[in-house]
Amino acid sequence: MCTLEKRGNLFILTLTGEDRHLFNPDLISSLLKLLSQVKAQATCGSALITQAQGKFFSYGFDLDWAQAAGSEQGAVKRLQHMADLFKPVIATLLSIPMPTIAAITGHAVAAGFTLALSHDYLIMRKDRGILWMPEVDIALTLPDYINALFKEMIGDASVRRDLLLRGLKMKGDEAEKRGVVKAAYDGEAEVREASVCLAENLGKRKWHGEVYAEIRKGLYPQLSAILGLSHKVYAIARL
Amino acid sequence: MCTLEKRGNLFILTFTGEDQHRFNPNLIGSLLSLLSQVKAEATRGSALITQAQGKFFSNGFDLDWAQAAGSEQGAAERLHHMVALFKPVTAALLSLPMPTVAAITGHAAAAGFLLALSHDYLIMRKDRGVLYMSEVDIALTIPDYFNALFREKIGDASVRRDLLLRGLKMKGDEAEKRGVVEAAYDGEAEVREASVRLAENLGKRKWNGEVYAEIRKGLYPQLSAILGLTHKAYTIARL
Repeated sequence: MCTLEKRGNLFILTLTGEDRHLFNPDLISSLLKLLSQVKAQATCGSALITQAQGKFFSYGFDLDWAQAAGSEQGAVKRLQHMADLFKPVIATLLSIPMPTIAAITGHAVAAGFTLALSHDYLIMRKDRGILWMPEVDIALTLPDYINALFKEMIGDASVRRDLLLRGLKMKGDEAEKRGVVKAAYDGEAEVREASVCLAENLGKRKWHGEVYAEIRKGLYPQLSAILGLSHKVYAIARL
Repeated sequence: MCTLEKRGNLFILTFTGEDQHRFNPNLIGSLLSLLSQVKAEATRGSALITQAQGKFFSNGFDLDWAQAAGSEQGAAERLHHMVALFKPVTAALLSLPMPTVAAITGHAAAAGFLLALSHDYLIMRKDRGVLYMSEVDIALTIPDYFNALFREKIGDASVRRDLLLRGLKMKGDEAEKRGVVEAAYDGEAEVREASVRLAENLGKRKWNGEVYAEIRKGLYPQLSAILGLTHKAYTIARL
């Protein structure tokens, strides 16, 4: 499942266990609950790291659970349900009042990649793990908010095309080179250390969290609109 | 004019002859008709290559034909007419249910460049030929769907500015370096071979064509909207 711990100014959200951390309705709800907790406990200098144990960051929605519905129509409904449940998770991350880092030490696939991409900074392993959107290969179209996320988070149209239209399995060094992640390191420990280091440095800036979140939303206006996030103007906090 | 042939899984659309392959109403009509044929005959594993004979991929709309109207107003009307006629060609390419490759062995200017850019992958010559948006130099504004295509296909704002606002004549090596084309090769034969290789590799993925087209439209939402393309959600083809 997932856990939340506090380490100084850092909130650490961990997808626990050696499994694929598939997003079924239970895990999605837990995620949402913990993120809401992070939001509530935020202070100046806070930062969030989202990480996972084992070989997988997350392999996305639980398609086995969807198919367990027993009929094609039932499976479609369950998949739609998970996509709908997951949207507020992305909305919460987009509006969380602190810098966020995804520490990707394993495969981040489909909704798992989407979760990682919803963070301000992505740190990844060079030696293991891929970023992958398999939807084109399994003939699934993408929800509108996921299209909008990719569009606004990844400026390079060729990279987006390779990821979404070509189903490219992108390793860490390519992801770093092509700007999909901030940095890639050899080894799991290095990724975790680099993420903590980055989170602490960002926290030291002691940004006003609400303003930080507004500026973030302003960077991604179409995504914010699709997620139903409203805007607030802040003036004169520190003038 | 233009011809269509089938080679295994590949559809090959060719602008024939050594002329500038200017888009006048006849050629645009033929293009549209052949693209409809490609769409109708599409199967899993299909791919399209668009190519041209001679020194030009295409030098754009037939401005001579426009001016043959005999008056400034007449010329403006004829140009408008071609812009309007060409929009469904762009729409057809954006919604084509298979991967598409433009094999650019000669100059691609104005609407000719636009046609190339409407493909999923662009392969170009390094040693000959330029990509050129001549509109700023001949004092023509850019149609809305042209702007949308450039905006959503070319993520780098400086590249877009150089192409549209500066009338840069971009050669193959710069186009490859700056991400406008997928790859550039020395020589006409190399470009054609590389295009066939790429098209065949993409075809081997045996993507569901309708889903592929939907994911493509999702990559270019503003362009799709301007072209009047509707969306369909697909779930569970291969779960």
